[in-house]
Amino acid sequence: MKLKGAEILIQCLKEQGVDTVFGYPGGCVLDIYDAIYRDGSIRHILTAHEQGASHAADGYARATGKTGVCLATSGPGATNLVTGIATAYMDSVPLVAITGNVTVSNLGRDSFQEVDIAGITMPVTKHNYIVKDITKLAQTVREAFYIANAGRKGPVLIDIPKNIQTEECDYQPQAPERYVPKAVPAQALERVRAALEGAKRPLILAGGGCVRSGASQNLYALAQKLQAPVCCTLMGLGAYPASDGQYLGMIGMHGTDAAAKAFRRADAVIACGMRFSDRVAGNREKFREGKTIIQFDIDAAEIDKNVPADLSVMADVNETLKSLLPLLEQGERKEWLKEVSAYKEYEAAHFDSGLPAYRILSALKNFTDADTPVATDVGQHQMWAAQFCAFDKPRTFISSGGLGTMGFGMGAAIGACVGTGKKTVLVTGDGSFHMNLNELCTAVSQKLPLIILLMDNNCLGMVRQWQTLFYGKRYSQTTLDRKTDYCKLAEAFGAEGMTIACEADILPVLGRAFAAEGPVLVDCKIGIDDKVLPMIAPGKSFDDIITKI
Amino acid sequence: MKKYTITALVANKSGVLTRVSGLFARRGFNIESLCVCTTEDEALSRMTIVLNGDDAILAQMTKQLDKLIDVKKIAVADEGNTIYRELLLVKVSAPADKRSEIIEIKEVYKAKIVDLSPETLVLEITGEPNKLDGFVQVIEPYGILEMARTGVTALSRGASCLNDLVDYNESI
Repeated sequence: MKLKGAEILIQCLKEQGVDTVFGYPGGCVLDIYDAIYRDGSIRHILTAHEQGASHAADGYARATGKTGVCLATSGPGATNLVTGIATAYMDSVPLVAITGNVTVSNLGRDSFQEVDIAGITMPVTKHNYIVKDITKLAQTVREAFYIANAGRKGPVLIDIPKNIQTEECDYQPQAPERYVPKAVPAQALERVRAALEGAKRPLILAGGGCVRSGASQNLYALAQKLQAPVCCTLMGLGAYPASDGQYLGMIGMHGTDAAAKAFRRADAVIACGMRFSDRVAGNREKFREGKTIIQFDIDAAEIDKNVPADLSVMADVNETLKSLLPLLEQGERKEWLKEVSAYKEYEAAHFDSGLPAYRILSALKNFTDADTPVATDVGQHQMWAAQFCAFDKPRTFISSGGLGTMGFGMGAAIGACVGTGKKTVLVTGDGSFHMNLNELCTAVSQKLPLIILLMDNNCLGMVRQWQTLFYGKRYSQTTLDRKTDYCKLAEAFGAEGMTIACEADILPVLGRAFAAEGPVLVDCKIGIDDKVLPMIAPGKSFDDIITKI
Repeated sequence: MKKYTITALVANKSGVLTRVSGLFARRGFNIESLCVCTTEDEALSRMTIVLNGDDAILAQMTKQLDKLIDVKKIAVADEGNTIYRELLLVKVSAPADKRSEIIEIKEVYKAKIVDLSPETLVLEITGEPNKLDGFVQVIEPYGILEMARTGVTALSRGASCLNDLVDYNESI
């Protein structure tokens, strides 16, 4: 059948099972919006700003495992997506960003709202396209979805000039091509088996790859079979149940003391879908001392990139674990598990529970279940959420790890809430929230059950913490002399506003917030000098962990 | 620092060179030369890249390169089993009294005169890069006015072809 380009795009999105698109209309996507209107079957979430749309598509993808789709017009519409695309790229999130552009005949002439978005996004996408030929449109959309999900996932951008949207072409529906992970190399597995069986004190590190590949079940089975403790990276949180006895918490700059101690003692480290980022590895040279590093990663370029691996398996981590498990004999490591349990108990016994953020975030469990998505922005509140909310299931912790995007949270929480249909929590800070608080209107118009916990310390807490520790308490531009009244702000947007000013407020206010139907903004007053601890300073090793200041 | 030659078959479409050179720039790979040309298959271009670095840099560079969707095949040239060629055009100052000396040198190096003017000569020479280096060194005292080198291009010896190789990241 003959269809216009814009209609072909909609048909191709539907082929891929897309039912939700986050976006913002404009001159060069009018035809696409007209096709969405006439088709009527795609839910379009109109955001306040294109950046919000890109983060929402990202949050949607992280929470559901499906591909997130965002749509924006040419020029500024397209450039506003860039931070969201880069965020998704750093955290390997499958995302398809669609932008309109001026007609092919106007490309390259500095036309109104023309920008080379393909050029701009080249370093932050897996691949991108400018569709200059209507006959290539359908194939391009199909390829984009395939690439976004094949191997290491990531964002793909399709730029569609306006004339391509209106030209007609024959369209034949096609079933989507599903990505089939490659076979796990048997020889590499055999070497890993031998090394693991010889290891006395193995430690499993689970990263974002475990979440993306759906490896939780096999990861748990590996820990059981090896009788090994498990740590998650920030991106891996939820891949292994936090409530399990063998779980030692997060590892890295703000990881647990137990994880750091176990790491120092481990003789073999099994890195599952994690990339030894500087926030995890710290001192790269010291990181591998006295250990066999075994790395499972789908991306060949991650092997030996930051920390050289002694053994590696280049394949999907879930497939790797599936193939490895039957080869392993049931391990006996009672002494090792006893040792790490003692680290955990010691940390619990010495834990200072006085932090308001701790009290608020640990009270959350009274109102949420294991499936509740918790999104964050970036900063101290993000680390506190990572430390204090116990994530038992993958895809429930939605956070910008690699790029560390302040302003990610509002959009991401909206996306996660839309995608899962569940009551969703956003933990944010006053710095991050001010960046994209405009999306509050989106949450209100979509009537989303969103609970925003704003950690309000009237400063840029994480930067202040670094200034306290490394810059002689010179608080350059981190004290926020703002007079924002968050309750009034929430009300002005049509949401509810509440305040937690002291400990006694926590349970009753959270109770009211979770009983509300629409979005609620809870202004949580916390201390200006509250710190995120433990901390390992940048470039330092696990020996240098700071647990008290 | 070592020198490595990498050959790649890439999609013959606009933007591919930007993708490749952008990758090198943002990851800090130090490229000595990059030569792009058409191939027997009009859908593909061939790139010959000379990298300065060590084995770890080479490994990262090839693996990152292979991740680009438009890069179809890559191989690291095996020095003993590869033919390397480069073409040089050089414009030398050649007044009548020096001309015969230059022509003598040209004979030794099997270079060709491709242009002649009252004051200058343009010479063409093809060969391995070090042969060209030697030629430039000898001709330099006469006064090089301008020169253009294509950068090295390479082909493996024997029956094996780049297009027949398995995907690079699958083979490691």
